[in-house]
Amino acid sequence: MKPVSAEDAVALIPDGATIMVGGFMGVGTPERLLDELVRQKKSGLSLISNDAATPGKGVGKLFEGAQVSRMIGTHIGLNPKAQQQMLGNQISVDLIPQGTFVERIRAGGCGLGGILTPTGVGTLVEEGKRKIEVDGKPYLLETPLRADFALVHAFLADYVGNLSYALTARNFNPLMAMAADTVIVTAEHIVPIGVIAPDHVVTPGPLVDYLVSNG
Amino acid sequence: MDAQAIIARRVAQELRPGNLVNLGIGIPTLVANYVPKEMSVFFQSENGLIGTGPIPEQGMSHPLLTDAGGRPISALPGAATFDSAMSFGLIRGGHVDVTVLGGLQVDADGHLANWMIPGKMVPGMGGAMDLVTGAKRVIIAMQHAAKGKSKIVAKCNLPLTSSRSVDLVVTDMAVIAFPGGKATLLETAPGVGVAEVLAVTEAELTVPDNVPQMKL
Repeated sequence: MKPVSAEDAVALIPDGATIMVGGFMGVGTPERLLDELVRQKKSGLSLISNDAATPGKGVGKLFEGAQVSRMIGTHIGLNPKAQQQMLGNQISVDLIPQGTFVERIRAGGCGLGGILTPTGVGTLVEEGKRKIEVDGKPYLLETPLRADFALVHAFLADYVGNLSYALTARNFNPLMAMAADTVIVTAEHIVPIGVIAPDHVVTPGPLVDYLVSNG
Repeated sequence: MDAQAIIARRVAQELRPGNLVNLGIGIPTLVANYVPKEMSVFFQSENGLIGTGPIPEQGMSHPLLTDAGGRPISALPGAATFDSAMSFGLIRGGHVDVTVLGGLQVDADGHLANWMIPGKMVPGMGGAMDLVTGAKRVIIAMQHAAKGKSKIVAKCNLPLTSSRSVDLVVTDMAVIAFPGGKATLLETAPGVGVAEVLAVTEAELTVPDNVPQMKL
């Protein structure tokens, strides 16, 4: 796999695209792709990301220039810009429980028609959802989440596209790498094939469409 | 001892050797400071770590090792990292022994509201709903009252976090449990009388014959 520039990779993303972005409060987020989304002024994006990070960090950068029109996430409380835009009805925000968020992405990437979770039963979260009883216990049917593009950040990538992650920067990245039509990856280090031992590969190379050059 | 220290110290007494524990933000975070040094407890951070250690000294942090708020933390020897599906599988799947969370309201049935104030504070529930639904034991650590209003209410009027009742509430004035679905006063804080607790508590509390003071 020949690495591409961040500029060329992000140029593939049209205005109005649905993007999934890895990271937890900006940790494990492909910052260079976010910078490039800002520079290329992509607009009307539907953002699927755990949180809105903080202003100037991770996906938080997309809210400064109001590039997001819709967000699906679990927490936006630490980004005042995102809060303002939500309360001012400039963006529509679906806030969902974090365990449900990640399982919906997993379902999207694994060919499942949805998942059944007890989380949210008896709360505002159950509104409009099918409730299904299994062995007498109520669950909510939560549907799969997929995106046009997944923007993923790894610790190591090799030239096959095999990825491994580091510490708490792993989070949603390996799940999102399975749940989008096109997967674009940045990595802290791009290493020769063989450096990542087969047992240490978390995301196998065939899932990766574009590896962004560090050069 | 200040209110937060009373709460955190008392909650720490609920932890047992070998427990897998998830601490929420705010007062719950302080609980880790009061776990006896010789007792081994595993702390989970829901962004993908078991074995969180203290805040690192200056120059010893790593940008890829953070807590759920994105702040630098350390990992203890024997720590494990994993993705978010595993993290919430641990939480929802009943593998977490104890979660300690903050609260806005807990009612007489033990129902918790802690994730939004409609029209005012809508940050999102993050991991709170999964934790309350799935952890083996849910302990709420919070002030007894805020701005003169009891946070132990007859019925929550804020949106609930889960249909599951919490197991224990520890405040700066009292320890409350819910045997048989009834809010029951188990202990009072040092120097606080039963009458004093009842006077500032909106929910009706069952009061056993003997209500000891917290041993801190």
